[in-house]
Amino acid sequence: MKLPHFLHNWLTRHAQVALSSLGRLYRSPSASLMTITVIAIALALPTGLYLLTANLQRLSTQWDGSTSLSLFLQRSVTVQQARALQRKLAQMPEIDALRLITPEQALAEFRQLSGFGEALDVLDENPLPAVITVKPDQAHADADAAAALLEKLRKLPEVDLAQLDLQWVRRFSAMVDIVRRSIGVIAALLGLAVLLIIGNTIRLEIQGRREEIEVTRLIGGTDGFIRRPFLYSGLWYGLLGAVLAALLVEIAFLQLYNPVRELAALYQSHFSLETLSFTDTLALLFTGAVLGLLGAWLAVGRHLSDIEPT
Amino acid sequence: MIRFDSVSKRYPGGRDALQGVSFHLHPGAMAFLTGHSGAGKSTLLKLVALLERPSHGQLFLDGENLSRTPKRRIPHLRRKIGMIFQNYRLLFDRTVFDNVALPLVIAGYRHQDISRRVRAALDKVGLLDKERALPITLSGGEQQRVGIARAVVNKPPLLLADEPTGNLDPDLSRDIMHLFEQFNQVGVSVLIASHDLDLISQLPYAQLRLHQGRLVKDRDHAA
Repeated sequence: MKLPHFLHNWLTRHAQVALSSLGRLYRSPSASLMTITVIAIALALPTGLYLLTANLQRLSTQWDGSTSLSLFLQRSVTVQQARALQRKLAQMPEIDALRLITPEQALAEFRQLSGFGEALDVLDENPLPAVITVKPDQAHADADAAAALLEKLRKLPEVDLAQLDLQWVRRFSAMVDIVRRSIGVIAALLGLAVLLIIGNTIRLEIQGRREEIEVTRLIGGTDGFIRRPFLYSGLWYGLLGAVLAALLVEIAFLQLYNPVRELAALYQSHFSLETLSFTDTLALLFTGAVLGLLGAWLAVGRHLSDIEPT
Repeated sequence: MIRFDSVSKRYPGGRDALQGVSFHLHPGAMAFLTGHSGAGKSTLLKLVALLERPSHGQLFLDGENLSRTPKRRIPHLRRKIGMIFQNYRLLFDRTVFDNVALPLVIAGYRHQDISRRVRAALDKVGLLDKERALPITLSGGEQQRVGIARAVVNKPPLLLADEPTGNLDPDLSRDIMHLFEQFNQVGVSVLIASHDLDLISQLPYAQLRLHQGRLVKDRDHAA
């Protein structure tokens, strides 16, 4: 398909201006790099925090599915009595699965995982009670039904303490949510900072090219023609800043990847950090480009009309 | 080409730069605008180039009433005018070629057309071999010829020059004036503001003499 003539001309002109604006950045590398780095840091900060909370939230939803109740039995309850209770509870329709952890098993598990095994040796007797973990069936897995079940089980004479394991997951999730919201505020402020940085850079560029702007006006350059290279400069600053920001975030997460895996392995989890997805990266680049264009637009709107030839 | 109809210009602060000026520069004519500094020569040129708007009266460029021109049309009207300045106003960060090409780039010419026209314009002012040079490396006379090449490269129907020989010695000035005559001979209207009376008096063109904002002598009115 052949493009219509005027469209082809228009595209060629824009490509030329875009390239020459890029060339201008390239010709003053240290100044450009500094501006781009500042923009990159301002963009990388909220992006990194966002990724961190996204990972935390993923972690909490992984736990979310495993609603379970823990029944800590009275110390006086023997293993036989505990097994009897287990059989009785298994009859209840709300309960899907049960597991009895005898004090001996609990002690062994604690020795293995906590690293405080030697501390236990000084104790005369096993301080741990028997525990029955209860997994409600699907219909009773939601918060309200699980709470009702908890109340019911708490009343059993053998039970010392009944605890809904989901609760701390909820709290954790709520905290992550708060952090997430505050990131929105941080992101908005840093976005504003990017806007101002680019606006100021473009303002300086306009001042530096004052003579060129005047001459261009004198020989019939339209406002659009004069504006265009500055808008492209802003776009490049924003876009390159976003590219560098994506790189910074990737590098930071690469540093964290293995330590997090090791930590997760200690908790017997296969959790691993997720870094920027393809869509995330596109969104970051898009945000950078739009902020750049917007910053340039603001600067151009304010300062270009001041320059009239005399 | 240019018609002034009792045009006055008063600057903020009350100084009258022009008062009741009327004249007509016919298409294809060449004329000089003379007078002391402060007589209003620059103001008159600025009105034609729409750098200033008149306080009273009407003026026409190529039949279009400039008192009513909307702002967004100004760039397109300026493309009908090739402007030449006493201090040349070249851009020193780009080559002679790029300086001369600027009006064509603005007007959106195609790349091949730009090269062809720029070379033709540089050839006409005798600077074809300097197209890759930076303006700073050229002499004053050469810089002014680059300025003229830039003014004529998109073939405007009117050339306006503000003291084009003000910084040049007499020999170079004569060369520059001769260039203007050549463009005039191919049909371009030319209006030159100058106080180089010795040079002007040797040339057979109309003179518009301004004195304290008024037109006092209009030799050979419609040249």
